[in-house]
Amino acid sequence: MIKDPSALHSPSEEAYDLADAPELKSEVMTLNVGPQHPSTHGVLRVVVDLSGEQILRLTPHIGYLHTGFEKNMENRTYTQDITYTPRMDYLHSFAHDLAYALSVEKLVGAEVPLRAQTIRVMLNELSRIASHLVFLGTGMLDFGALTPFFYAFREREAVLDLFEWVTGQRFHHNYIRIGGLKEDLPEGFLEQVKKFIAAMPARIDEYEGLFRESPIFYERAKGVSVIPAEDAINLSLTGGSLRASGVNYDVRKAYPYAGYETYAFEVPVLQGGDIFDRVIIRALEMRESVKIIAQAVERLEAMGEGPVRDPDPQISLPPRKLLETSMEAVIYHFKLVTEGFHPALGEVYVPTESARGELGYYIVSDGGSMPYRVKVRAPSFVNLQTLPYACKGVQMADMVVVIASLDPVMGDVDR
Amino acid sequence: MTAFSIRRVPKLGFVGLLGIAPAFAQASEASTDPLWMVGIKAFLVIFGLLTAFAYMTLIERRILARIQIRQGPNRVGPDGLLQPLADAIKSILKEDIVPRAADKLVFWLAPMISVTFAVLTFGLIPFGPKHAFFGFDPWVINLDVGILYIFAVSEIAVYGIFLAGWASNSKYSLLGSLRSSAALISYELGLGMSLLAPVVLVGSLNLQAIVEWQHTHGWLILYLLPAFALFVVSSMAEAARTPFDLPEAEQELVGGYNTEYSSIKWALFQMAEYIHLITASALIPTLFLGGWRMPGFLTAIPWIGGFFAWPYLWMFVKIALFLFFFIWVRGTFFRLRYDQLMRFGWGRLLPLALIWFLIVAAVVAFKLPLSILAWLSALSLIGFSIYVVLGAKPQAPRRTMRPGVGD
Repeated sequence: MIKDPSALHSPSEEAYDLADAPELKSEVMTLNVGPQHPSTHGVLRVVVDLSGEQILRLTPHIGYLHTGFEKNMENRTYTQDITYTPRMDYLHSFAHDLAYALSVEKLVGAEVPLRAQTIRVMLNELSRIASHLVFLGTGMLDFGALTPFFYAFREREAVLDLFEWVTGQRFHHNYIRIGGLKEDLPEGFLEQVKKFIAAMPARIDEYEGLFRESPIFYERAKGVSVIPAEDAINLSLTGGSLRASGVNYDVRKAYPYAGYETYAFEVPVLQGGDIFDRVIIRALEMRESVKIIAQAVERLEAMGEGPVRDPDPQISLPPRKLLETSMEAVIYHFKLVTEGFHPALGEVYVPTESARGELGYYIVSDGGSMPYRVKVRAPSFVNLQTLPYACKGVQMADMVVVIASLDPVMGDVDR
Repeated sequence: MTAFSIRRVPKLGFVGLLGIAPAFAQASEASTDPLWMVGIKAFLVIFGLLTAFAYMTLIERRILARIQIRQGPNRVGPDGLLQPLADAIKSILKEDIVPRAADKLVFWLAPMISVTFAVLTFGLIPFGPKHAFFGFDPWVINLDVGILYIFAVSEIAVYGIFLAGWASNSKYSLLGSLRSSAALISYELGLGMSLLAPVVLVGSLNLQAIVEWQHTHGWLILYLLPAFALFVVSSMAEAARTPFDLPEAEQELVGGYNTEYSSIKWALFQMAEYIHLITASALIPTLFLGGWRMPGFLTAIPWIGGFFAWPYLWMFVKIALFLFFFIWVRGTFFRLRYDQLMRFGWGRLLPLALIWFLIVAAVVAFKLPLSILAWLSALSLIGFSIYVVLGAKPQAPRRTMRPGVGD
């Protein structure tokens, strides 16, 4: 920096090579964001090192919503455990119900009637739409736009009304049973679903237009926080965020379950890997979900009435009527309610596709009526490890948007 | 090399204050109102502004609610009309928390600076012809340096936000105040340049003179459409409204500069924001839309006159129009990032305003007919429409990332 030391006694500008001068002294500021913060989507806490507004390092801290679901599930029977599953991912709760039921059904070898499977697929896709709507609404809120939130929630409200009608609950449905469903759909339900899916494509177009044609949104989202395909795979990213990076992996296609292989639908894949594509892909997925629902409704109408539960008395409760006439039914009923069923020794894992990514329940059975161990492969938890990588070098203002674009649900992260 | 010290900023504010003081001494000689009347009018303006602020919050919430398919506050009083009163009582009665680490004096001073300098500009805006207010002039004071004064005072109001963020001694607040200064240096030049166009064309900084010029020549928006558009955009930035509300940015900075503020101090910041908005909505018609006069073509219709030509009515209509526009924008837009705001300010606003200013200056200097400006304005409108309809396919932005420490 100093060219001529002797000139120091008479300091002048020539004595200093200004091109070589260090920048103004600046400090790295450590900022704690959360767990109570308007846009950490629950109680995520992140500690960021900032240089100005640029993020140098980000450390997520989780566990503020830890509820011990997995441990609790070891102390309840397989049937009772279904109470816990929707409470993890409360936005796409049918995915959790379904993933758990599929694992247990594989363990006990239950056979789900076709009608129940079709209803499951229909409700699961409805739930996926509701979840993506929350993603779009709250995500736009993080971009500073208030209005899309209300419009997204208008449609979501319609879905939740449908759920309330079927299950009696808006969030924690408790509708899926091991081997089938609690009961059949109420009368006139399919008509309402048809009305909903008829209105939905136009609405999705509206939302997609809002994202695609807003220059400010484009500026803020395009090319920001790019996750290349290779890194996305190495970070175990799944779900829409992975497909936005150009990797065609959807469990519904790769390892079909619940009869997804019989439905005609596309898996949208985008190449950008940035926030823009991660938002757009959700809109595209909603469109595919609508297609699946339409097919499911068609099949249900063609199918007519039928059983919605595995008739095996070892697994499902006997019909209420039978208890008045059959001693055997009373015994089965008593055994199931007081003790539950005993699956064979073994372990099982069935991957499914939730709105957030690959979701599966790894269940170990020791032959008792309660699982020995339940481990949830929760997409939010695994996707969240991408956050430090995805946030590196972005602005503070982008950080909240990156969190939103990875779509974590904290209940799904801290189980 | 002395490091920039944040503690110097208040001094700058007071120096700025002193700089304005002589401006009062140069009040136009044409003003004939006695001093007591000026006092009454000043009181009326402040009283009116505070009431307007209170109801502006209600109107904004109701209109936003309409945009967002919901009802808005409608419980307190008939149709929610008493909601502002309830809000005022609530914000006064809430606990006033001052963080222990805060700089108490500046923390206390900042909202006052904010609201004081927001109120100071409104008195210049003419609400009618001379002697229209019970024989007195319908403005508080008529300065020959009017626009300069408005520009100076409204820029000082930013110090309120800046100091608030600094005095809170909280990191979120600091980021918010840094953003507000970053925003200031981005939009200020565009704002000033777009204001120069009418000044050069009219040849006066006096708002009254600008309104009179528009009476004889036609509204300035006809000649200076680009300047008008740039000024409206910059005004939104000045009031820190939605596309430019980065100093507050609830989702990122939890409220930014006002994170640590509560009770009436917080309300004062809100007040300053809305008063800025109201002032901007009054200033834009005064500069570009003929001020308090009704549109010229309406005078041809015989039954219009009397009440319908009432200056206050037209001023009110024009202010309301722009207030609605600002609310509409808030309900529609995404927020910019602060580096994008700076790029927008320096890369778009300033060059456009500068080019337009040069055109206007050339027209004035070479005494060219004004119709050239009108044609150019029309041309720019057509060009912009074509750009929006056909060419506004967003371009991939340049990435301004640099590797972090340790990369």
